[in-house]
Amino acid sequence: MKLQDQKEWLVDRVARFTEYSAKHLPDDVRERLRALRASETTEFARIIYDAMFDNIEKADELSRPVCQDTGIIQFFARVGTRFPLIDRLEEILRDAVLLATRRAPLRHNAVEVFDEKNTGNNVGFRIPWIETELIPESDILELCVYMAGGGCSLPGIAEVLMPLEGYEGVVRFVFDRITTYGINACPPLLVGIGIAGSVEVAAKLSKKALLRPLGSRNENPTGADLERRIEEGLNKIGIGPGGLTGNMSVMGVHIEQAARHPATLAVGLSTGCWAHRRAWIRFHGDLSYEMLSHKGAEL
Amino acid sequence: MSGKTLTTPISDQEIESLSVGDIFYLSGHLITGRDDVHQRVIKQGLELPVDLSGGAIFHAGPIMQQRTDEPGKYEVISIGPTTSMRMEKYEKEFIEKTGVRLIIGKGGMGPKTTEGCVNGRAVHAVFPGGCAVLAARCVEEVEDVKWLDLGMPEAMWVMRVRRFGPLIVSIDIRGNNLFEHNRKLFEERKIPIVGEICKHVDYLHGPE
Ligand code: SF4
Repeated sequence: MKLQDQKEWLVDRVARFTEYSAKHLPDDVRERLRALRASETTEFARIIYDAMFDNIEKADELSRPVCQDTGIIQFFARVGTRFPLIDRLEEILRDAVLLATRRAPLRHNAVEVFDEKNTGNNVGFRIPWIETELIPESDILELCVYMAGGGCSLPGIAEVLMPLEGYEGVVRFVFDRITTYGINACPPLLVGIGIAGSVEVAAKLSKKALLRPLGSRNENPTGADLERRIEEGLNKIGIGPGGLTGNMSVMGVHIEQAARHPATLAVGLSTGCWAHRRAWIRFHGDLSYEMLSHKGAEL
Repeated sequence: MSGKTLTTPISDQEIESLSVGDIFYLSGHLITGRDDVHQRVIKQGLELPVDLSGGAIFHAGPIMQQRTDEPGKYEVISIGPTTSMRMEKYEKEFIEKTGVRLIIGKGGMGPKTTEGCVNGRAVHAVFPGGCAVLAARCVEEVEDVKWLDLGMPEAMWVMRVRRFGPLIVSIDIRGNNLFEHNRKLFEERKIPIVGEICKHVDYLHGPE
C-alpha cells in the first residue's frame, strides 16, 4: 500500500474501533458488572442492574451507543518510533473521530471555550485529546480510546496536600468526593487515583489509572494494599447501583503514582462510570491488528 | 414489573399519590431540557417555545439522527438521563414559571429544588443512568425540536413516549428527598470506615 492509502485505511480502522467502543462494553467491565449484580439483594439494585444489562444487550443487538453521552474522545497512544504512520498519527486520529461521529453516530460534545459553540463534529481546539508515549525501536501502535462522559468527569478533582496530611489525607480526599459527587456519576464507578508531586501529574495519572484492566493491581505492594483498602472501604458504604444503596459501591480502585517532591503530596481523582467505554487495540507495522479489550471483536 | 403508568398532562392527584421510592412509568409527551434551556428560560427570561404545564421534562441530551425517508424528522438513537444536580441552580424558578409537574433525570437534586417541588406540587424522578438504548426504545415518535441552535444535546426535543421507565421517585411533593437521605447515610457510614483505614496507611516513615 502507498502511504496515502495506508493512512486512509488506518483512519477507517480507528473510526471503526472508536465506534465499536461506544457500542460495546469491554470484556473486563462486563465481567465485573456481572459479579457486582450477583452480590446485590435489594429491589432497587435489582431494578437498576436489570435495566443496565438489558441496555447493554440492546446496544449490542441494535448497534447503538450504550450511553447517549459518548463523551469527549480521548486517545492514549503508545507508539513505536518505527511505526510507519507515526508522523501522521495526530491527523489520523482527528479524521477518525470525524468519521466515527458521522457513522456511529456519536453525540456532538466538543464545545469551544470562549466562543461557547458546539463544533457539531466532536473535533475542536486540542480535541480529540491525544497523549502519546514512545516505544523505542518498535513498529507497533497500541491505542486506547476513552470516552469521557460529562457525568463521570464531573467528580474529577486534584489538590496538593501538605505532606504531613499523609496518606490518611489521600484516603479522606477520595472518600469525601466519592460519597458526594460520585453518587450522581452512574455508579458503580471505577475510581482512578493519581499520587505525585504536582497537581497536573496527579490528575493525569488518575485518568491513566482508569485505563488499566479491571482486576489489575498497583505494581508496588503498598500501593496495591492501599487500593484494596480503599476499595473495600468504599464497598462497605453501600452506594449501590445508581446511588440507590446496595451491598457494593465500586467496580474497582486503581492508583498510579510518580515520585513526589519532599514538600508536596498531590492527589488527583478521576472516575469512570459503569458504562466504562475504554478500548485497547494493537496495530503492527504491517497494519494487522488485534483488539485487546474485546476478545474476538470484528471491526 | 409492577408500577403504574402516568399519562401527560398529569393531574394534581396523580402527582400527590407519588412518594419517594415509588416506581412508575410515563406515557404521553416528554420534552428534553438541560443546562442551556434552564439558562434561557430563567436567566435570560425567554418564553418557553412549548407548553409544559402539567407536563414532564427530561434532563437529557440525546443522540438524534435525521430520518432519510422524511427530511426534517428525527429518530432517537440513544437517550439517557443527564446529571440533574447541574440544574439545581434554576429548577425551582423553572417549576414556578412553567408549571411542569414531573422532572426526570439522574442522581438527586438539592434543597432548592425540593422547595420548588413542594410549592409547585411537582416530583423529581430518576431513570436508570446510562440506560440510553432502553430509553430510546420507549420513544414512539420525535414530534418536534425547538432551539436547535443550542446544538443537539441542548435543544428541546418534543417526544411522545410509551411506558417510559422504570422511574423512581426521588423528591415528592411532601419534601422527602431520597438522595439527600442516602447522602446522609453514606456520610455517617463513611466516618468509622475512613477511621479504620487511616490506622493502616501511615506510610510516611516507610512500611516496616
Ligand atoms: S456518567 Fe456515564 S453512563 Fe452516566 S450518563 Fe454519563 S456517560 Fe452515561
